[in-house]
Amino acid sequence: MAQHKVNYFADAGTPIKLTTVDKIVNFGRSNSLWPMTYGLACCAIEMMATGGSRFDFDRFGTIFRASPRQSDVIVVAGTLTKKHAEFMRRLYDQMPDPKWVISMGSCANTGGMFNTYATVQGVDRIVPVDIYLPGCAPRPETLQYALMMLQQKIRREPSNMAQKAKRLI
Amino acid sequence: MREYTPKDDVQRKSYYKDRFFVKPPVPRKEISGDEIFLGDVESVKTIVTILESFIEADHLVLIVNPEDNFKVISHLKDVSEYDFLVELTAVDYVSKRGGFEIVYELLSTSKRKRIRLKAFIKVNETIQSVEPLFRMADWSEREMFDMYGVKVINHPNLRRILLPNDWSGHPLLKTYPLHGDEAASWYEVDKIFGKEARETVGPELRDSACVDRYDTDRFARLGHEVSKGTPISEGNEPDTPIRYQEEGGVKLFGKKLVTPFDEIETVHLKQRK
Repeated sequence: MAQHKVNYFADAGTPIKLTTVDKIVNFGRSNSLWPMTYGLACCAIEMMATGGSRFDFDRFGTIFRASPRQSDVIVVAGTLTKKHAEFMRRLYDQMPDPKWVISMGSCANTGGMFNTYATVQGVDRIVPVDIYLPGCAPRPETLQYALMMLQQKIRREPSNMAQKAKRLI
Repeated sequence: MREYTPKDDVQRKSYYKDRFFVKPPVPRKEISGDEIFLGDVESVKTIVTILESFIEADHLVLIVNPEDNFKVISHLKDVSEYDFLVELTAVDYVSKRGGFEIVYELLSTSKRKRIRLKAFIKVNETIQSVEPLFRMADWSEREMFDMYGVKVINHPNLRRILLPNDWSGHPLLKTYPLHGDEAASWYEVDKIFGKEARETVGPELRDSACVDRYDTDRFARLGHEVSKGTPISEGNEPDTPIRYQEEGGVKLFGKKLVTPFDEIETVHLKQRK
């Protein structure tokens, strides 16, 4: 068993790294973002590709969870119909705080090409959205970039539990 | 040479004379040309009155009274060997004729023939369910009820199939607006937050010509990201290079969080003892 020799003269004489609670908490949060396994339409295919070995979400610490109770982020991947809106909101409510929403693709952003009576015209009518991801459907690289943007956003935010209420209601 | 036509106000003239495509009628043939269909019509005639019958695009079209639909389909299934109900739907003729045309498409797998059975009902009339004859009619009749509001009697479970149960209106009616009526446009808000939240959420933005690239409340552009709601305008758009990390790396890890592994300086526990 090897022991590292501690250099007490470096780093102000201590083997201790000083940082703030915000930074260490946000470090943990942003590098283990667990999204919910939740796909609605064709964007979900791209989301699956992002999770697969070629694009590999796991290297961001992003592992899809099968339960809203274990998830930090929900990727609304696809067309949200009005019939389903209620259930999507319920899943969002079941996620523990702090939680984030990525709206993936045109349909989730604005209703997209489905300018009809049965489609929710933008998922931000239901849940507060953190990242709007354009595209129809967005490539896996775009989703990864959106995730990195979300990580940067989380690191900028204060980490305490009293998070500012996001826009909706 | 081409004949001269005055082109003074050609730009102002309406290019399309009729706005909507009108399908030319499909030619109808006499039934006497087809022995099998002739036999079918003769056999149906013995039990109900046929209002009209002809052959259209190799289909035998029978128009019967709506109260006879169960009797005719039962007869076609048991006697005439039409063993497959392919499709069942309604057509909206409310403005033209004040009702719906109910259409049944039947296929005979033994005779390789198709029959289209039609019956016309007024708006508030009902029609008999054919679910006891063909299980397929269960969902088709529910869809017909969902989309047109046609009530089917003796159906085992007549409720909406595609839309939620508390939906109002029947969307395939020609009078139903494409973007939904008042109840439809607020459906998800009313259901999730309640009617009092309508003001907070605001009306739906339906005009796709309204998409504004400088609208930072609703959109973000790759390479030009700003926080939500930041006002930007033409030329005032910040150019952000695509970054994969914060400037100078993640702050938590400075340059040396862990002292690098040094093989010479490392001691083993056994040797120390």
